[in-house]
Amino acid sequence: MTTIASDRLAEVLVEVADTLVDEFDLIDFLQRVTTHASDLVAARICGLMLADHRGRLQLMAASEERAEMLELFQVQADEGPCQDCFRDGEPVIVTDLRTTQDRWPQFAPHAVAAGFRSVHAFPMRLRGQVIGALNMFGSDAGQMEDADVRVVQALADIATIGLLQERAITRAELLTEQLQAALNSRIVIEQAKGVLAQLHGESPDEAFARLRAYCRSRGLGLGKVAYTVTTDPLSLPDLTRPAHS
Amino acid sequence: MTSFEEAVRVRELISQETPTEEDKPAVAGWLQRVCRAAGRDLPAMGVGISLLSKGTDPLPVAASNEMSVLVEELQFVMGEGPCIDAYASRSPVLVPDLEATAATTWPGYAPAAHLHGVRAVFAFPLQIGAARLGALDVYREHTGNLSPDALSRALTFAEVAMQGLLDGGRATSSGGADLFDDMQGNRFEVYQAQGMIMAQLDISAEEALMRLRAYAYARERRAIDVAREVIARKLTLESDA
Repeated sequence: MTTIASDRLAEVLVEVADTLVDEFDLIDFLQRVTTHASDLVAARICGLMLADHRGRLQLMAASEERAEMLELFQVQADEGPCQDCFRDGEPVIVTDLRTTQDRWPQFAPHAVAAGFRSVHAFPMRLRGQVIGALNMFGSDAGQMEDADVRVVQALADIATIGLLQERAITRAELLTEQLQAALNSRIVIEQAKGVLAQLHGESPDEAFARLRAYCRSRGLGLGKVAYTVTTDPLSLPDLTRPAHS
Repeated sequence: MTSFEEAVRVRELISQETPTEEDKPAVAGWLQRVCRAAGRDLPAMGVGISLLSKGTDPLPVAASNEMSVLVEELQFVMGEGPCIDAYASRSPVLVPDLEATAATTWPGYAPAAHLHGVRAVFAFPLQIGAARLGALDVYREHTGNLSPDALSRALTFAEVAMQGLLDGGRATSSGGADLFDDMQGNRFEVYQAQGMIMAQLDISAEEALMRLRAYAYARERRAIDVAREVIARKLTLESDA
């Protein structure tokens, strides 16, 4: 039996589909997918990683963005469930992370110290190519329900299709173009966090919360606003002007 | 091949290129060797690099051979082309059949490049996030896509060219230690620190990245360690380089 209420699932699918037709912002879209995935199956966090041209994984979005979470995903550029899932193109299920110290000497202690006990990684596949992986971390040891696994894999598939949104999937080279642009736009988010952190005298985590709240309240895309923060911060005074003390 | 080995290989290919008397001095000359090494390594008839920035004229700065010099310049004479689009869209522009796909996109550039024998063109932005300096163009005399492997190598050449540009004159002599720093430097903290330096010193993304790398290099420190100190407010870079 699934733990997911069907009406809740329908809501999520409608919202994700809406994102496909609205003015599209990839970072925003992936952010939503990870938030929904973690909400639906009550996972502690969900993160989505894409591979660059040399197969190096980079975090694109996470349901919760704190420095420790970013670190946990950055370790996976070298080793971890996302890395294995990406390499083999198969889901990776770990019911107790405390037993995986030998398999992932760097990642496992890191994840356990961060309070995680289980992890599921789902491949993102497109036309026979694996382009990344979606990671679900849980606080308790154990395995996800089969039905939940299918739902999360479906969300991973939707995220993959999102990469190719709005354009016809006719050109083979399109995927490379989109992937490269996506990886780079994620770097812009980090740069924008830095600009805002400096302007407001806050941490990058707080800066991200500020950026996200600003975008949500105005219905703007994270990727676009982040780029403007780095190139023309004065044009967004409500976001970049420090409050008067 | 791991990403580390691939970047090492590309750097070695560039350092093996013998400088010629026609090579420009300093970074410009190094970029010419980048183009020649890429021209040899990739299935290409030529490779060119142009520098672009907002509000100034584009500068075709390096090319692997005479044909590439001419085709690279064409884009700026015509005011259109793959390199300009790659820079503007912040995404690679891959055109496996120039004649079929580009006549409407680039009515001036496409037929002119065709006259020089170009049948396919692939442009890769030189960028790290919002920091953008130009684009690298790969020209082919046959239609068809680059293989996934060739595509990956072309992207690596673009990445190494970007790093070299950020490091200025140092690029010509950089060895393994510097490269190791680049691999470590590919971390979110480095980009966050770069953003902080931009706002601190009121400088562009490109300049902030240059400053951070130069600071780390001069003190023989890893960029990631310097970045962490900047984020923790333990270190502030001087406003005057």
